[in-house]
Amino acid sequence: MELGPYLILGLLEGLVTAAVLSLMALGLSLVFGVMRVVNVAHGEFFMVGAVLAWIIANAVDSHPAVNFLAALLLAPPATALLAAIADRLVLKRVAYDPERTIVATIGLLYIIQQVTLMTYGPDARPVEAPFNHRLSIPFVEWSESGMALYWPWGLGTTSYKLAVIGAAVLLLGAIWLLMTRTRIGLVMRATQLDSEMASAFAIPVDRVYAAVFGLGAGLAALAGVLIVPIQQAHYLMGHDPLLLSFIVVIIGGLGSLPGTVVAALLIGISDGMISVFFTPTLAKIIATLGVAFVLIFRPQGLFGRKGL
Amino acid sequence: MNRSTEKPAAENAVTNDAVTNEAGKRPNRRRALKTLAATTALAAAASSMPLFGRYGQVQSSEPIKIGFQVHRTGIGAAYGRWYDRTTKAAVKKINDEGGINGRLVEIVAEDDGTDPKRGAEVVEKMATQHGCDIAFGTLFSHVVIGSAPRAGELKIPYFVVSEGHHVASGMLNRYTLQPGITDVKSQVQAMAPFVNSTLGKKVTMIYPDFAFGHDHRDYFSAAVAAQGGEVVAKIAIPPTETSFTKYFPKIPRNTDVIYHVMVGPAVLTFVKEMGEFFGNSRPEIFGFIDSLEAVDLASPGLEFLEGTYFWEGNPRYAQANQSDYDKAYRKAVGVDANGASVSDPKDVSTYAHMFGCWETLHIVKAGMEASGYAGAGDRAKLIEAVEAMTSMPHSYAHPQGAKEFNGKTHQTFGHQYITRVENGRLVLAHTTSIEDTYYPDETDYTKQSF
Repeated sequence: MELGPYLILGLLEGLVTAAVLSLMALGLSLVFGVMRVVNVAHGEFFMVGAVLAWIIANAVDSHPAVNFLAALLLAPPATALLAAIADRLVLKRVAYDPERTIVATIGLLYIIQQVTLMTYGPDARPVEAPFNHRLSIPFVEWSESGMALYWPWGLGTTSYKLAVIGAAVLLLGAIWLLMTRTRIGLVMRATQLDSEMASAFAIPVDRVYAAVFGLGAGLAALAGVLIVPIQQAHYLMGHDPLLLSFIVVIIGGLGSLPGTVVAALLIGISDGMISVFFTPTLAKIIATLGVAFVLIFRPQGLFGRKGL
Repeated sequence: MNRSTEKPAAENAVTNDAVTNEAGKRPNRRRALKTLAATTALAAAASSMPLFGRYGQVQSSEPIKIGFQVHRTGIGAAYGRWYDRTTKAAVKKINDEGGINGRLVEIVAEDDGTDPKRGAEVVEKMATQHGCDIAFGTLFSHVVIGSAPRAGELKIPYFVVSEGHHVASGMLNRYTLQPGITDVKSQVQAMAPFVNSTLGKKVTMIYPDFAFGHDHRDYFSAAVAAQGGEVVAKIAIPPTETSFTKYFPKIPRNTDVIYHVMVGPAVLTFVKEMGEFFGNSRPEIFGFIDSLEAVDLASPGLEFLEGTYFWEGNPRYAQANQSDYDKAYRKAVGVDANGASVSDPKDVSTYAHMFGCWETLHIVKAGMEASGYAGAGDRAKLIEAVEAMTSMPHSYAHPQGAKEFNGKTHQTFGHQYITRVENGRLVLAHTTSIEDTYYPDETDYTKQSF
């Protein structure tokens, strides 16, 4: 494959990764920012979203687009509810103590994973995409008659992959509006800045925490639903995205929303490009090295503020 | 229940006897009490157990225990589910026909998580804790390679159903045998002439990056070169990968044939994304059915496979020339004419591989009967009996076809099938001879001591 089309293909693949990753990492970052909880079970909420999508799509059993829409509307709230219950039953009981919540969420990770294994089973199951057309992408070349378009071999994407990128952009915009323009966002930001003071101003911090934990899990589940027509729902699928999300959140700065999005783009696209030109293993090595350098030279992350 | 309460008591009695004898027959008070207690327990157990008389006389009325190392979880789970069903069906058939040497067969299944480390632990558990006569049933090559040394140390016969070439290559030991399924080296060697003459000379290989995939890479490249063809690119993909488009630009433009073989939970994504990459201008495609085992060929996104070829160990769809043996075997396992479960048409089997469990268990039966196997003490005799086997004719015990077993390399050889996708079904296009799959011996396990 020639260099130009090759680059475009790498870029497109990277953007799909970045889209899913940014939603997921945003959830992780939100939970850490507001609650100071490092949620190790975050990848499992991603998996639960995908698995619920399969269950819902199969229960509806209509046109693929209807099935998928039902999954998109129902799976994230259901996952959010599950997370809110987990917050009430587990995290609240350990008083959101940073060390104990890490151990508690590790426990949650295994419980969710094993319950999925025991009920949904060990198989990878597909959900049909609502629409999926292959789109060949033209490229320009200079010929004797000037610039001409041609369709290089292998250069293409699918309408669904483009839709995933678009959906992620819309959702990120919606979250930004939610955080900056609404009362709920204000309450969340107030709790993030000083939960004791927020409490003194009659903000129900307990409920805010449950809502934030639910929202974070819901975002992961949304990423899971979006990815399941491309990949398949499998009980171990949460592992890799969790690692990448941590990388993104550390590079972007814990608790910083713009930082998370920028870092997700950086990691997603570099993962796509490096995988295409070299190997996927090298992409992971470079991302992990990036984390090491950020931790050494800018521990608060690219966009994080000191002391947060 | 009764058996389990009785057995420890009996063992107690034996050890106590041994202690008194060693101590120069001077029973002191404590020993006397212990022996008394043990004897009482034994008597109580005996009286509460009506079958005790028979059981005490011949130990061999106990069932033969076959430890089944099964990939219930992890990347091999789909195979594990069907290996389990095939094994149960084979054991039911064997027991209905009177068992082995008049004893019933009991399966002790244990999940290895498709993990080599866990695999070795499972083999150990079967040998020492469950008291299994043999261990059996492993598919994934890295688990076989991880478990076989432990089986050798514990001196428990280990019958694998793996396809890996590591049995015949001499890498493992005398206790590890693969009599029920052919190995990758013989399979790919038999495929190379067809791929080269029918599809094209320039081949790009895409394979999983572990032992099984490396067998494909090494032996297919060599076989293609011998045919005057050329492997123009070798693309290794980690078996845990979930996204594949990024690998496909490495396929050289001058490729005539794609040779693909993939495993793991993401195989459907792999094949789908390959179709999306090529669009309307695909080269010829030849795949090992592993890339789509347990996957419905009618899944959306697989339409581009129409007209492509697959290797199948055993054709998934009932063919025009279906044998009565295949018919009966399908029925016994519960598989319909499309290769799916009779109870759920969406639950597609791993038909190209799972016959290996059925055939291996019948070989174990034949070996135990030939050697007069009575218990763990006869394990070496069992292995010698299997090593002495040669021709296995096409039969209900060998529904996939006739086989030739090589006792020296512990590896069986058999027919291979090439099918073509026609109207969404796999239709038989070519059957290789057994001779096509032969290669010179690389080891002689019979020279190793037990």
